[in-house]
Amino acid sequence: MTQIAAEASYANQFADLQKKAPLPGCLGALRDDAFECFDRLGFPTRRLESWRFTNIAPIAETNFVQPTDRQDYTRNAFNAMGLPKLGGVEFVFLNGTYAPSLSTIDGLPDGLRVRSLGEVLDNDPDTVIPHLGRIARFEHQAFTALNTAFLRDGAVVEVPEGIVVGEPIHLIFITSSTGLPTLCQPRVLVIAGATSQVQVVESHVGTDVASYLNNAVTEVSVGDQATVDHYTIVLEGESAFRVGNLQASVGRASNFSSHTITLSGAIVRNEASVVLEGEGGECTLNGLYLASGRQLVDNQTTIDHARPHCDSHELYKGVLDGQSSAVFNGKIVVRLDAQKTDAKQSNKALLLSEDAQVTTKPQLEIFADDVKCTHGATVGQLDPDSLFYLRSRALSEQQARQVLIHAFAADLLGHIKVGAVRQQLDSILLDRLPMLSGS
Amino acid sequence: MLNIRDLQASAGSRQILKGINLTVNPGEVHAIMGPNGSGKSTLAGVLAGRDGFKVTGGTVDFRGQDLLDLEPEQRAREGLFLAFQYPVEIPGVNNAYLLKAALNEVRKYRGEPELDAMDFMAVARERMKLLEMDDAFLNRPVNDGFSGGEKKRNEIFQLAVLEPSLAVLDETDSGLDIDALKIVATGVNALRNSDRAIVVVTHYQRLLNYIVPDFVHVLSGGRIVKSGGKELALELEDKGYSWLEPTPVAAEA
Ligand SMILES: Nc1ncnc2c1ncn2[C@@H]1O[C@H](COP(=O)(O)OP(=O)(O)OP(=O)(O)O)[C@@H](O)[C@H]1O
Ligand SMILES: [Mg+2]
Repeated sequence: MTQIAAEASYANQFADLQKKAPLPGCLGALRDDAFECFDRLGFPTRRLESWRFTNIAPIAETNFVQPTDRQDYTRNAFNAMGLPKLGGVEFVFLNGTYAPSLSTIDGLPDGLRVRSLGEVLDNDPDTVIPHLGRIARFEHQAFTALNTAFLRDGAVVEVPEGIVVGEPIHLIFITSSTGLPTLCQPRVLVIAGATSQVQVVESHVGTDVASYLNNAVTEVSVGDQATVDHYTIVLEGESAFRVGNLQASVGRASNFSSHTITLSGAIVRNEASVVLEGEGGECTLNGLYLASGRQLVDNQTTIDHARPHCDSHELYKGVLDGQSSAVFNGKIVVRLDAQKTDAKQSNKALLLSEDAQVTTKPQLEIFADDVKCTHGATVGQLDPDSLFYLRSRALSEQQARQVLIHAFAADLLGHIKVGAVRQQLDSILLDRLPMLSGS
Repeated sequence: MLNIRDLQASAGSRQILKGINLTVNPGEVHAIMGPNGSGKSTLAGVLAGRDGFKVTGGTVDFRGQDLLDLEPEQRAREGLFLAFQYPVEIPGVNNAYLLKAALNEVRKYRGEPELDAMDFMAVARERMKLLEMDDAFLNRPVNDGFSGGEKKRNEIFQLAVLEPSLAVLDETDSGLDIDALKIVATGVNALRNSDRAIVVVTHYQRLLNYIVPDFVHVLSGGRIVKSGGKELALELEDKGYSWLEPTPVAAEA
C-alpha cells in the first residue's frame, strides 16, 4: 500500500471512531485538532532532520487497522509471557484496552488513584482535560497527533500532594493481533502532586510474530518538590514497530527520571522530552538498548532547561550486533533565563559486528552564559585485552564476551533505584546475552 | 611438565623470540631475568596464548599436549596460569564473580563438582587471608581502581584460588612495597609443592631471596643466553647483563 492510501485509511478509521465513540466537548475537539494535524503533517520522511537516519517507510506504507477485542485472551496466556514481576499493582491493557481480568489492583496504597483512561473520559473528564495534549504537544509530531486523534483508553495515575508510593506501579501493554496488522495507541497520564513520590513502570510487550504498530504517548506532570521515576521496558514482537513519546513537565525543586530499556522490536523509536519548568529541578534520562539482526533503534531526547539551577544527567548505552543500527540524538536547550544549569550527556555504543552501525548527534542550544554543559559519545568494540584476560582465567571466548557485554550494559541498570526493576531487567539481559555475543 | 624447544615468535614484522629452549619439571621454581625488551613477557604471552604473536618455529609441550594448539581458556583449564605484568582493569565485572566462574570452569574440566556461592566464598576468604587482603576486594570490579601493588597481589590471589600446575609470574614483584613483597612471596611459597612448577620473571634479586629458585635463566635478545643456579641471580645483581652474549637488543634492532 502507498503512504497516501494508508493515510486515507486512517481518515476513515478516524471518522468511524468519532461516530461510534465520540468524546464530549473539548476532548472531542482535541481529537479533531489532532487528526487535522496528522493529516497535515503526514508520516515523517527522511527529509526531516530528526528522521534522517530512521526510515519508517515500512510503517507509513502499511495499512494498520484498529485492534479487535481479544475476549479470548486468557489469564494463563498472560502468565505464560513471563513478564517482569515487580511486586506492586499491575494494570494490564490488551490491544490498547484496559483488561481488568488480567490486572492485579488490590492493595493500591491510600490516596493513590490509578484508573483506565476510558473510565476517566466517561466519568471524570475534568481530571485529565488540563493535561491531555498539553504536555505532549502534537503540532509537529505526526505520531503523537495520531495517538491523540484516537484517544480512547490507557492509564491515568494520580498521586495527590504529599503521598509517597512505595511500590512501583506496573502498566503492562500487550499487543496480540489476530492477523491484520494492528495499530495500538496506548496513552498514559501521570499526575504527581507537590511533594509526592511515585515510580511508574511501563512494559510494552508483543506476543506474536505478526507486524503491528504500537504508538504510545505518555505525559507526566511532576509537581513541585515531587519525585517521579519512570521506566519504559520495550519487549515488542520481532516484527513489531514501536514509536513512543514520553513527555514530562517538571516543577520546582522536583526530580524526574526516565529509563528506557529497549530489548526487542523491528523498528523502535523512543522519544523522551523533559521541560524543567521550575528552579532547582533535576532530571535523569537514561536508556539502554540491545539490537541484533536488522533491528533499528532510535532514541531521541530533549531536555529543556527553562529555569535556573536545574541539573540534568543523561546516559544512553547500546549494544549492537548483526546488521542492526541505532540512532541517538540528544538535544539540550538552555534558555536565556536558565543560569547555573548543569547538564551532562553521555552516549556509548558497543558494536559487536562490523555491519552494525550507530549514528550519534548531540545538539546543544545554549542561550545562558553561566552554565556547565558536557557531552561525550563513544563507539567501541569489546576490548581484546580484557577478552584475553578473561580467557586466560579459563572462561570460554563466548563466556568472556558475554561477561564484558553484560558489564557494559549492567552499568546502566546500576542507576535504577527500584531493586525489583533492576533485578528483573538484569535477568532479562542475561537471558538475551547468548543472542548478542557477536559471532 | 613444560618443554619448550627452539621456540620462535614474532609480532608484526619483528622477530622477538629467536629459539628458546627451556624445560620445567614438576616441583621446580625457575627464574627468568633479562634486560628490558628482551622478550620475557612475549614468552609468557605466547605460552598463555595471547593474540598478536605469531609462532614462527619450535614446539611447546605442556603435560604431554601441544600447548600451542590450545585456545587460551583450554591452556588455563589444563593448569597454566599467567600472572600478568600489567593486569587489565575490567570495570563492571565483579572480582568474586570472575573468580568463581574461573574456578568452576577449571573444576568442571577436571571433573570436579562446581562450587556454589557459599563454598566458593569460603575458599576465597581463606585465600585472601593467605595474601592478607581485605575481603572488600572480592566485591570490587576486577582491578578497577586498584593500586599497582593491589593489582599484583590480586593476581597471586587468583593463582591461590585456581591452584594451577604451572604458574608464570610476570614481574609480580614490580610495584610491590617491601611488606607486600614478603606477603606475596609467602603466598607463593605456600603454593609450592612437588606437583606444581613456578616460573618467575623478575628484574630483581630481592624477590629471589624470598622465592628461592632452583634455576635462574637469562633471556636476552630473544634467547636464553645463560642458565645457572640461584647464585646466577646474585652475579647478575653485581655485574648486570653486559658481560653476557649475545649483545643486548638495542644493538640488534
Ligand atoms: N605487538 C608487538 N608489536 C611489536 N613489537 C612488540 C609487540 N609486543 C612486544 N614487542 C616488542 O618486543 C620486545 C620484547 O617485549 P617484551 O614485552 O617481551 O619484553 P620484556 O622482556 O618483557 O621487557 P620488560 O622487562 O621491559 O617487561 C620489545 O622490544 C617490544 O617492544
Ligand atoms: Mg615484560
